[in-house]
Amino acid sequence: MTPIVDLDGVTFAYGDTVAVSDVSLTVDEGDFLGLVGPNGSGKTTLLHLMLGLHEPDEGSIELFGRPVDEFDDGGRIGYVSQKATSRGGAMPVTVRECVTMGRFAHAGRGRLSTADRAAVADAIETVGVGDLADRLVSELSGGQKQRAYIARALASDADLLALDEPTVGVDAESRDAFYALLDDLNGEGITIILIEHDIGVVTDRANRIACINTELYHHGDTESFVESDALAEAYGTTGQVVHHHH
Amino acid sequence: MSEKGPSDDQDASRPDRGLRRTAELVGIGVTGVVAVAMLGFVLLYWAQDLPVASDLYAAFRSLGRGMDAAFGTNVFRHPIMWQSMAVGVLVGVVAPLVGSFLVHREMALIGETLAHTAFAGVAIGILVTSSTGWNGSLLLVALVVGILGALVVQWLTERTDAYGDVPIAIMLSGSFAVGTLIISYGDGLTGVNIRGYLFGNLAVVTPEGARVMGALSLIVVAGVALTYKQLLFITFDEQAARVAQLNVTGYNTLLVVLTAVVVVGAMQVLGVILVAAMLVVPVAAASQIARSFRETMYLAVIFGQLSVIGGFAVSIGLGLPSGGSIVVTAIAVYLATIVGSGFSVKAISAHG
Repeated sequence: MTPIVDLDGVTFAYGDTVAVSDVSLTVDEGDFLGLVGPNGSGKTTLLHLMLGLHEPDEGSIELFGRPVDEFDDGGRIGYVSQKATSRGGAMPVTVRECVTMGRFAHAGRGRLSTADRAAVADAIETVGVGDLADRLVSELSGGQKQRAYIARALASDADLLALDEPTVGVDAESRDAFYALLDDLNGEGITIILIEHDIGVVTDRANRIACINTELYHHGDTESFVESDALAEAYGTTGQVVHHHH
Repeated sequence: MSEKGPSDDQDASRPDRGLRRTAELVGIGVTGVVAVAMLGFVLLYWAQDLPVASDLYAAFRSLGRGMDAAFGTNVFRHPIMWQSMAVGVLVGVVAPLVGSFLVHREMALIGETLAHTAFAGVAIGILVTSSTGWNGSLLLVALVVGILGALVVQWLTERTDAYGDVPIAIMLSGSFAVGTLIISYGDGLTGVNIRGYLFGNLAVVTPEGARVMGALSLIVVAGVALTYKQLLFITFDEQAARVAQLNVTGYNTLLVVLTAVVVVGAMQVLGVILVAAMLVVPVAAASQIARSFRETMYLAVIFGQLSVIGGFAVSIGLGLPSGGSIVVTAIAVYLATIVGSGFSVKAISAHG
């Protein structure tokens, strides 16, 4: 089976600052990959590399079996960026308009079809924001916004959901409901890559963990991650500075 | 359940929303009719020597005389006033249309920059026409320079973080400085009304300028209509649009070039210094009260049109420059929407 994402020896630097060094990992169909690591460890950069938002300095990246720079089937990926909750600012866009954007990759320059609109309506119902469809995204709570963005990804019929700290600023109750939704979607066969700073959440949900701090400290199933020292090692390298290591 | 069900129920339970939508559609319809009529005038003026067109044109002129008689004015009988009004009405449509995306991309300054670049273009045009005897249109030279400026702006923004203010600000004042130098150098060579280009003047509009604006308007409306979805997605969430494999750089370039086109057309009645206001103010007003992005665009065009027509009334009635009159009217509309939305000023440009 072709992996959904396949990284081989990927290195990326912002100028002289190496953000990701020699990372190789694969994400298979149906995986729920938790991407963890301390702040500034290159998690977001790694996710951006996987999605083709950055070009690697070294190494190769394949998405759905194709080199990432040749990949053109944007509808297969649903992406919720870290900034998604805070951005959108005061731009008046309704939940329905936001979710409809998920169909744009399919519709190209043409008009949206009845099937497109039906997919939008389905996605809105699936994430449970049907009663908010005509409200402005800017007026929603953090949790509701996240649902709207997930609905946008679902509307595009994505088989890969990439989420960058989706629950920052979301209250605990909405967060649990949100992760239950992710579980359901993963159960339906959607592959999920999740960046999350709360390790507990990740180990509860994900079946695979990639722990990075510039380099990859662990990549494998969740059980072996919990038993390993990868977390301490990954956090330790930055922890040293804080704890005045002697 | 069908998609229509819940939203229909909601519309029925909130009659004010249905009424509001009807009012907007009527506003857009009226604007469309006026804009098409103005395009018709521009075409008729061009074709007035042709058989059928000459009769229609004569009818138009007598309508103008009738309006003057009715209002007690000395305005509508003059074709040049109609040229100016046509340009104004078209600006009122296309500037808010493009502005809806610019404002929400926090690119408002770019309109201002391109206006100043276009001013350098006018200056270059004056120099070229006066020194070579070439009998071309200043507006076309300004258009070429404006589009080149747009491409440079796009290049700069691709290479600086987000929409970096500093290189843009340097370009804004730099191109204006070059424009003033060229005009001083060519001083006395020509009798072109530079003040008109700076502050906007109904008398600056030539029949050719009106025709150029007509053609540019059709290009802008078609461009926005064909790429509405992509521009909306990129404006709302650029990274997600990139992941969805939209050609973000391409659409950004298109938006900036369309902005340059609008700015050059609008410069005639609004003036270089005020042209950006029509990209920004009606959109800001619409964003205060709109309940969706589509509604923002509708309202922005309606407010833009109100500003232009109201501004013309002030300008003609009091003998003031058109640019300032239109912008002050637009700001009055904006203030009215702030009052209408219960004094909650929305920070559109929410950095961070």
